[in-house]
Amino acid sequence: MIQLVSFYIFATIVIASAAMVIFARNPVHSVLWLIVAFFNAAGLMVLIGAEFIAMLLVIVYVGAVAVLFLFVVMMLDIDFAELRAGFVKNVPLGLLLAVVLVAELVLGIGAYQAGAVKLGTAEAGGATISATVPNIEAIGALLYSKYVFLFETAGLILLVAMVGAIVLTHRRSHGTRGQNISSQVQRRPQDATRNVNQPVGQGIEL
Amino acid sequence: MTSFFQTLGMSYEGAWFTATIAGILLIALPLMLAVALIIYAERKLWAAFALRRGPNVVGPFGVLQSFADGLKVFLQETIIPSASNRGLFLIAPIITFTVALMAWAVIPFADGVVLSNINVGLLYILAISSLGVYGVVIAGWASNSKYPFYSAMRAAAQMISYEVSIGFILICVVLWAGTFNVGGIVEGQRSHIFGFINAYAFNPLLFPIAVMFLISSMAETARAPFDLTEAESELVAGYQTEYSSMAFALFWLGEYANVLLMCALNVILFWGGYLPPVDWAPLYAVPGIIWFFVKILLMFFIFAWVKATVPRYRYDQLMRLGWKVFLPISLFWVFLVSGYLMFTGHFA
Repeated sequence: MIQLVSFYIFATIVIASAAMVIFARNPVHSVLWLIVAFFNAAGLMVLIGAEFIAMLLVIVYVGAVAVLFLFVVMMLDIDFAELRAGFVKNVPLGLLLAVVLVAELVLGIGAYQAGAVKLGTAEAGGATISATVPNIEAIGALLYSKYVFLFETAGLILLVAMVGAIVLTHRRSHGTRGQNISSQVQRRPQDATRNVNQPVGQGIEL
Repeated sequence: MTSFFQTLGMSYEGAWFTATIAGILLIALPLMLAVALIIYAERKLWAAFALRRGPNVVGPFGVLQSFADGLKVFLQETIIPSASNRGLFLIAPIITFTVALMAWAVIPFADGVVLSNINVGLLYILAISSLGVYGVVIAGWASNSKYPFYSAMRAAAQMISYEVSIGFILICVVLWAGTFNVGGIVEGQRSHIFGFINAYAFNPLLFPIAVMFLISSMAETARAPFDLTEAESELVAGYQTEYSSMAFALFWLGEYANVLLMCALNVILFWGGYLPPVDWAPLYAVPGIIWFFVKILLMFFIFAWVKATVPRYRYDQLMRLGWKVFLPISLFWVFLVSGYLMFTGHFA
């Protein structure tokens, strides 16, 4: 009962906010609706018992990716009139994409109803997943045993992407003066000031 | 608590619902009271550090000062700037306030006294605390004013930077405790050192990251010396500049609820949570919740002490500390701790 009610609440909000992402006129509102959609999708994950994935969804997408997204969208100076002018031009492409997506959905549901495909995933890995084992342990046991090479490859690809991004954007600029932190930290009050016991009525020599 | 309501003749769903609502109220209402008193306590502490008297007019020793302030802002007019984005402008303080309360759901106040005892408790706290930045960012943007906007940008950058190292610090603790369950982490500290001290912080391998976590949690809550988001000499009042009345008060309450949460997290992760400091039978006569509150108050004293005495960081120093000091050290510490635990056969 509670699960059913929560499912319908979460699912309705996910779909409604996903629609609002498209319909919102202001791009910042779109991003905020996207965040609502992410958050409620995490709620759906919790309902099917995938609490680890749910928390990752919130931490990674809501907590980091969407913040940076929001950051960029807020700083952009977007001309709304120009955005809407491109609508007619892009309609055929959009319709094509929509048809492809609907076809994929129909295929996916059809394949699901035809029965599960035996890909030999969990049972072949030696790590059996049961309801009593916490999500994190089950996923960790699989990731670090059967899929360890794929996992490390994914890490390597991310590292390459990170290095690539740094190489592309990092330019050594001339004429800038960076902060020398160690000299700042080592500076003491007596380096900059001195106490003088000056007699009254006489000027000070600096 | 669900079973208690079931004995009153409710169905399971009804009992669960009533118990959850009652639990939320049992946490949220005392928390609001605690926030009001902690603001008073902090003002008294700052006053003592500065050789002033602090609030001393309303009620005995000025205890009722926060309530008088609350009443005052409640009676004020809510001013909404005409150029602002009205809906988001009003939602932003509500987000800050709600998110500050949400994380308390997984905090154990005593052995087994927790609203929601979930396996991924620590991840939940991390997820919720990463939501906190939205209140500030939305407030800054919706105000449609340049200083709040600068402040929002700073807040986003600052919170993301420090969350990275906080994540690594949490991993070290989780490795040692072997669980993400918050109650499990507290229980993991029972007789941790020499078989009788109940705290991870006295572990030589974990003490450095306990200090780093304390500093990071000050940066995460954007408190002095890291309060760049509301640096009054540069940004007027930061993201709160355009806010007045109850909306302003909600920011204020949310901020202090967050500070209390960070104190509680420090206590839970490194100082033994609701356990007495030493594993000695007579000390268990004192209820766990008392130990927990005493430790939170001591931690809060450190927060107030730092705010009263340490000058504000420069923005580039803040970023340098997060990315060039804390991130490499905490990353190295994950290697160190997991290597040590592997070497000593902790995982076997």
